[in-house]
Amino acid sequence: MLALGELVVFITGVKIPSSIFGMLFLTIFLKVGWIKLHWVKDVSDFLTRNLAFFFIPPGVKLMLYFGVIKAQFVPIISALIGSTVLVFITTAVAYKITRKYISKRK
Amino acid sequence: MDILSNKFFLLALTFGVYAISRIIQKKTGLILLNPILLSITVIILFIKITGIDYKVYEEASLAIDVWLSPCVVALGVPLYRQLDDIRKQLWPILVSQIVGCLVGIISVVYIAKWLGATNEVVISLAPKSVTTPIAMQVSSMTGGIPALTVSSVVITGVFGAMFGFAIFKLFKVSTPIGISLGIGNGSHALGTSRAMEVSPRFGAYAGLGLSLNGVLTSMIAPILLEWIL
Repeated sequence: MLALGELVVFITGVKIPSSIFGMLFLTIFLKVGWIKLHWVKDVSDFLTRNLAFFFIPPGVKLMLYFGVIKAQFVPIISALIGSTVLVFITTAVAYKITRKYISKRK
Repeated sequence: MDILSNKFFLLALTFGVYAISRIIQKKTGLILLNPILLSITVIILFIKITGIDYKVYEEASLAIDVWLSPCVVALGVPLYRQLDDIRKQLWPILVSQIVGCLVGIISVVYIAKWLGATNEVVISLAPKSVTTPIAMQVSSMTGGIPALTVSSVVITGVFGAMFGFAIFKLFKVSTPIGISLGIGNGSHALGTSRAMEVSPRFGAYAGLGLSLNGVLTSMIAPILLEWIL
């Protein structure tokens, strides 16, 4: 079943150019029942639990760009961190406000 | 030197360093000892000290790289488990993701520009909040440096995983779903993996944030960048 799960992930991942669509298709197929949860559960649990691990190689690649990053260190780091904090807060607050607005209208 | 530049050795090293980093994180519980940050640092130091060519490591790590896309696909499972919950609040989720996506692109561009980053760098930073495969695609479409984009994605993700929950605490945001959506939207798969550690339910919403922002950014970023640059 593990192999079949892998195959399903593999096929959905390849057919659609982007992994995001693969993910949405997997969700839909599970919902429709074309894919059974117990086929993919173990693989998926393993991959999602160790998701971060797969970012090590791209992270190591960072060493090639130390020069560029060092030269513009302040703008790069402040922009990344500042913007990420803004995204966190605005997303959460937008969610809260919209939910309140909708429940009020009902 | 032969052993050091052996592909399997380098792969094993990556696994080993990650495993040990996780144990260290668990034992100490220190945010600063984030396993990914630690692993990346150790491996970069290893490459620098032993003097092996980065290309050798890159070739070895291809075996890990190919799994990144299936990993994102695998997030479909936690998403499926929360589907009924999600359907009930479709609008709040959609609105918050669109807001987060716009804020993410516009703010990173203006902050970087204002602090004097070159145009090419600004464009490379713009898709920082989405997961690497998408970010690279957007970056090359808009004239950025895809590899620098990958660096900015990793920096953003590590930052989000390390400090995401602390930031929400600082700003006194306490809606669990809002927090998860924000973490997924802002710091993609790395933030999501951290949310997954907290609880699968958090992880599912973060995964949703990650996927929606991925779709939104790939559609919005190319148009938006032309406007604001």
